[in-house]
Amino acid sequence: MTSDHAIKIPLYEIAHGRTGDKGDRLNISIIPYDDSAYDAIAEQATEARMLEMFRHRGATHAQRYDLPKLKAFNFVLENVLQGGVNNSLNLDGHGKTLSFHALTMTVRVSPEVLGAAKQARGD
Amino acid sequence: MTKANMHIGNAAGFSGDRMDVGGPVIDSLIGSGQPAALFYETLAERTLAIAQRERRANPEKGYTPDLAGFVGPVLKRCVENNVPIIGNFGAANPMGAAKRLHALAKEQGIPGLRVAVIEGDDLRENLRGLQTQQWGEEKALDLANTEILAANVYMGSVPIAEALDLNPHIVVTGRVTDSALTLGPLMHHFGWATDDWDMMAAGVLAGHLLECGSQITGGYHADPGRKNVSRMAEIGFPIAEVQEDGSLIITKPEGSGGVVNTRTVKEQILYELDDPSCYLTPDVTLDISDVEVEQIEPDRVRVSGAKGKPAPDTWKVTISVDGGWLGEGEISYAGPNALARAKLAAQTMRERVHVLGLDCDLRTDLIGTISIHDGDSGDLTASFDGEPQEVRMRAAANAHDEATAALVAREVESLYCDGPAGGGGVRRSTTWRVKTGSVLVPRKDVHPKVRLVTENDL
Repeated sequence: MTSDHAIKIPLYEIAHGRTGDKGDRLNISIIPYDDSAYDAIAEQATEARMLEMFRHRGATHAQRYDLPKLKAFNFVLENVLQGGVNNSLNLDGHGKTLSFHALTMTVRVSPEVLGAAKQARGD
Repeated sequence: MTKANMHIGNAAGFSGDRMDVGGPVIDSLIGSGQPAALFYETLAERTLAIAQRERRANPEKGYTPDLAGFVGPVLKRCVENNVPIIGNFGAANPMGAAKRLHALAKEQGIPGLRVAVIEGDDLRENLRGLQTQQWGEEKALDLANTEILAANVYMGSVPIAEALDLNPHIVVTGRVTDSALTLGPLMHHFGWATDDWDMMAAGVLAGHLLECGSQITGGYHADPGRKNVSRMAEIGFPIAEVQEDGSLIITKPEGSGGVVNTRTVKEQILYELDDPSCYLTPDVTLDISDVEVEQIEPDRVRVSGAKGKPAPDTWKVTISVDGGWLGEGEISYAGPNALARAKLAAQTMRERVHVLGLDCDLRTDLIGTISIHDGDSGDLTASFDGEPQEVRMRAAANAHDEATAALVAREVESLYCDGPAGGGGVRRSTTWRVKTGSVLVPRKDVHPKVRLVTENDL
């Protein structure tokens, strides 16, 4: 996605997601609205970048699992909940709001990919 | 001979869920004319420690507090139409729940209620004598000199299938895996062998999709303008129509609110998942790598491709110990210079904890800037450069003792008079916390007990 026409956008424009927690471990699904965005996300939404997104919360490790059949990604982040639901001082001890933080990660996509996402997400 | 499809409905995804959602689900299950079961999942990780404490205070209690509220609206129709209800609402006292259900049947004039009770998950008394292993990479709880408040093993679907052999109206469990509440009735109906791994996997996937209730029918999903969900106030709870070969369709009651589409289903497939090729349960190791979803009609999504590998030899036990106390207080500032006044309130709170010499971990939030996505150090909040019209300052502290936590919360209230100008709307609370950790025990050391409890047994 290094074409001259690539547009820099947050993941939120092309994907949706959901978080779940187990102790101090958080998983975040990232799911493209249109399958055509899958490759751009696979290429750019790396484990290192996701870890960086959550470094301010003390995250120590990020793992990405790719699901090419389902056309989705599962990120698993360690120690991101500052103690988890049992110990965290954050109002959101479960981390339920954090998918919307992950979706602020920027990526570059072609106008075609962005257009397909916009069309797919307009119910 | 081919077995008829089985329809499994869910009427609660957690203990705080809506209590009026079972009606449309049971109507739909009965209307289909298919073999069916209805289940409730009401047991979060920490719930058992709280339930054990309730039971200690009152030996009749310790089951899901809203039991009658959940089951009451559907009990009569379920009994009359032979749709068994399955629920982990037994929590720390499955027998107590059975007694309450009999009382409920009496109140509603339902004769001859049959309740199957499953026990054997409570390992509190004998945990210290068992060979336990560490669970994953999690730091082990230090159990020396600590009272174990609850220790419950996640049992699988076999005792539920056995309980259904007793032809009960209701099956009450304590801790079982959430997916077992679905796989159990499927095994009972289809007669799947416990080592038919792909069928076990299909049943666990069905359970995983249903266990959070509306999270697959539009709950925890709506994002206006993008992921639109209609009539969330009347959201329909999910039903899985399962075939003998394990493939299934996720749907919801006709005419209900909410939506079932490939987005809701994909989000729920990956919910609380770690390695998608290795979802461990006592029944099977589920691999969802090849799972596919397909919208076949509005509000009907086909899910197929679950693969199973042998179940692990060890089962997970969640242990709860005392986790100290959380004290919280909040106060709002609004209008000109609201942010600066809220910042001053937060700074004052930090100084007060120091002045009073309180032994606690303190966090302050400026709600209305960036707070919930921030860490305890406040890096993102510091970078905020907007000028909000309203900011709510929140202080939260973890302390070993209730008095310290309560004092921090009280200090927020004192800001009415002793803090910045125009602070209003204080709310404060002090909450007991439970710390949990997990270990593994050999499955041979877990002994599920199944028994039928009729009104004559009480």
